[in-house]
Amino acid sequence: MNKDFNSVSRHDIVISSRVRLARNFDQYPFPPKMNNKEAEEIVSKVKDTLMNYKNDEIGDLLFLDMDSLGDIDKQMLVEKHLISPDLATSKRRCAAIISKNEKTSVMINEEDHLRIQTIFHGMQIDNAWKLCDKIDNVLDKSIEYACSETYGYLTCCPTNLGTGIRVSVMLHLPALVIAGYIGNILEACSKLNIAVRGMYGEHSEAIGNMFQMSNQITLGQTEEEIISSIKNIAMQVVEQENTLRNQLYKQNTIKFEDKVYRSYGILANARSISAEESLRLISDVRLGMDMGIIKNISIDTLNEIMLSIQPACLQKLLGKPLDPDERDVRRAELVRRKLRQN
Amino acid sequence: MQCQVCNQRAATVHFTRIVNNQKVEMYLCEQCAREKGAYGEFAIPLGVGNFFASFLGFGDGSSGSKPYIKGFKDVLKCNKCGMTIEEFQGTGKLGCSACYDTFGENLKPLIRRLHGSLEHTGKIPSRLSRGVSITREIARLKELLNKAIEREEYEKAAEIRDKIKSLEVSMQ
Repeated sequence: MNKDFNSVSRHDIVISSRVRLARNFDQYPFPPKMNNKEAEEIVSKVKDTLMNYKNDEIGDLLFLDMDSLGDIDKQMLVEKHLISPDLATSKRRCAAIISKNEKTSVMINEEDHLRIQTIFHGMQIDNAWKLCDKIDNVLDKSIEYACSETYGYLTCCPTNLGTGIRVSVMLHLPALVIAGYIGNILEACSKLNIAVRGMYGEHSEAIGNMFQMSNQITLGQTEEEIISSIKNIAMQVVEQENTLRNQLYKQNTIKFEDKVYRSYGILANARSISAEESLRLISDVRLGMDMGIIKNISIDTLNEIMLSIQPACLQKLLGKPLDPDERDVRRAELVRRKLRQN
Repeated sequence: MQCQVCNQRAATVHFTRIVNNQKVEMYLCEQCAREKGAYGEFAIPLGVGNFFASFLGFGDGSSGSKPYIKGFKDVLKCNKCGMTIEEFQGTGKLGCSACYDTFGENLKPLIRRLHGSLEHTGKIPSRLSRGVSITREIARLKELLNKAIEREEYEKAAEIRDKIKSLEVSMQ
């Protein structure tokens, strides 16, 4: 391995690693066919099992009843990737149990009775899997999971059958986008049965050069095999992105630095800015930081900005609903303040 | 390459469609391609349901070139949750774990195309892992039992038979 490989463990190109398991109760119809009473029973069984379980690694858990949450709160959970957009808009009786450190979330009565998810910063698929597996084992003790000897875990949609696992990494790939190679990467991934999506999963656009790569096949391979194939492919993409970044920088240093500083300049001075424009500019600044051009901001600050500028997070932070124009003004204020503080 | 519908004749027609921004490729023989066309299977699909429906239209491989989908519509309905094959085609979602048995043969071509496999090899729930190991142990004991009977070791055979019985009871 060349020295670029070392950078893979840095948290720059790989933004986050996520593992999700789909599980169902054997004796109940899947969520789309459940009645309210059955849905309620599932919610309370999962709640009883998990909320009474104490473990340092998992940390303190919060039970969130979707019926009692407002739209902004639900949207904020979506923006933080703690629940899916489907759960936020579901008409069913559903809930989520999330850990205070926001690494774990268990969705109840989404498409499957259970969606157990763990999310870690940077390239940490193994840690995410370890924790997810652990929570699954806790639930396995008190829940009779739907499964068959041939098909493994049975899921509502056959696309999740078998392991029920979805392993995904979020990658920041500006150089591949700028150089126009991203299409080749997407094509290669689809041949390898790897799905590539935007920041918010299915049907979402890749805003701010963020791409989510995940396995499509869930049956016939072990969890470890699926994890290692995603890891290998992600590493290769990261290496290509790295090489390309260095090439682009060498080829036209002034143009490269100009783009980074201009984007920084807009973020630091704008009086009104949309979420989308912010994410685009943050991508440039992140690239500039990774390349050592911008040194006075920490990656944590940038991540914090990236999260807090999203519509629901912003409104939650400011404590009131705002119309889009007002949001753009307050967003610009927030970004300026955070960059100054740094 | 064989036709993906009838699995008998050589595939001479290559169909490519874009469904929900995903490229779907099929290799068919002329006859099946015509028949598919006649049933309107290749009309522009809308939504995920049709995507699944077109997969399901592949049939069970034993029904020759006949469009399999026509026949089982009226027959198949899950006794446990009431899900029908038509409904599954519309949503791509099954109703309960029993649906996998009810629609068993009809789901196989779809599952094979989705995953390239029909057999799970990963983690299994604890209760099943007990069950699997007991099943294997029973099979092993039954072999020993047969051998004991062949050798006319009836005392030993009775012992093994009792062991099998108690294991079978523990599984229930």
